[in-house]
Amino acid sequence: MEITWVWTGMVVLSLVFGLLSGNLDAVANAALEGAGAAVELSLSMAGVLCLWSGVMEIMNACGLSAGLARLFRPVLRRLLPNASRDAETLSAVSANVSANLLGLGNAATPLGIRAARRMARGCGGTASDELCLLVVLNTASIQLIPATIASVRSAAGCKTPFDILPAVWMASALSVTAGLLAAGLLSRGRKRL
Amino acid sequence: MNLSSLVIPLLLSAVAVYGLGKRVDVYAALTHGAEEGLSVLLRIVPALVGLLTAVSMFRASGAMEWLSGLFAPALDLLGIPPETAPLMLVRPISGNGALAVASDLMAAHGPDSYVGRVAAVMLGSTETTFYTIAVYFGSAGITRTRHTVPAALAADLTGFATAALAVRLFFGGG
Repeated sequence: MEITWVWTGMVVLSLVFGLLSGNLDAVANAALEGAGAAVELSLSMAGVLCLWSGVMEIMNACGLSAGLARLFRPVLRRLLPNASRDAETLSAVSANVSANLLGLGNAATPLGIRAARRMARGCGGTASDELCLLVVLNTASIQLIPATIASVRSAAGCKTPFDILPAVWMASALSVTAGLLAAGLLSRGRKRL
Repeated sequence: MNLSSLVIPLLLSAVAVYGLGKRVDVYAALTHGAEEGLSVLLRIVPALVGLLTAVSMFRASGAMEWLSGLFAPALDLLGIPPETAPLMLVRPISGNGALAVASDLMAAHGPDSYVGRVAAVMLGSTETTFYTIAVYFGSAGITRTRHTVPAALAADLTGFATAALAVRLFFGGG
């Protein structure tokens, strides 16, 4: 729904700015070019995106995501001690985290929702500290190989689309840490009040 | 030789050999996954047509520059290039919208420019925050979300600022 407002706002503002600056010809051209550019972008993204999804599928079939999930259990036990008492919640959360790391968004969301549902039982519509933490973890990006972005870069003519990986890892790690710290501080601060 | 040129061939071979060792039908898995990639792509094409139309109109009309200028003083303080202001505004709301804005920035400034790289790293280190919160709490029946939104936005803001910092650190420029 929000995106409807953003889209309408952008189009109307473009009309207003075009009228005021006399750029209306350019705006009209841009509308048609933008639609074409979207299809060109999608086509040039297709190769990298499909190849990467294929590689991910192999990793998944090899049991790599299951292995990753096992690796994360001890950390998650620390982070979500109450939820981890329920074995099924813990296994859903660790599978959610490992799917997120591998960039399998379609697999990660249903797993995370299953965990969130179990964690929300009996709390009467108020999110617990641990549920807030799980959602914050999912609103931060912890993807190891951002394949979609690499495919957009290569579509734009970049020769080494993966050279941003170290920068992405650094920014992701700091962003997740900030989110978890903020969640911890905010929940403690409110309890004291 | 660039180190990142080694990563992709090495990764492909390693995954294939490991899969063979685990008795996985590697080629079938590859094509099945690629098919899934294609269906993901098919789903985002309509959104990209709508959004890239709006984004390129927005740029051509001069509204993009106006919006970037509006946020420039605050962003300069954080060391973030003001050209990425529209990306930061759209990112928490719409994943495809952010993809459209980022690809427009890469086309306008070049994918290997400072702004182009910062846009890519921003996209890679943040998520569609509001969408995720709505989906999780909606399906768990939570109405009082407490500190989730401020904490998630703190993560986004940190991601944006460190994206610019990381690009300067690894590539220079800015």
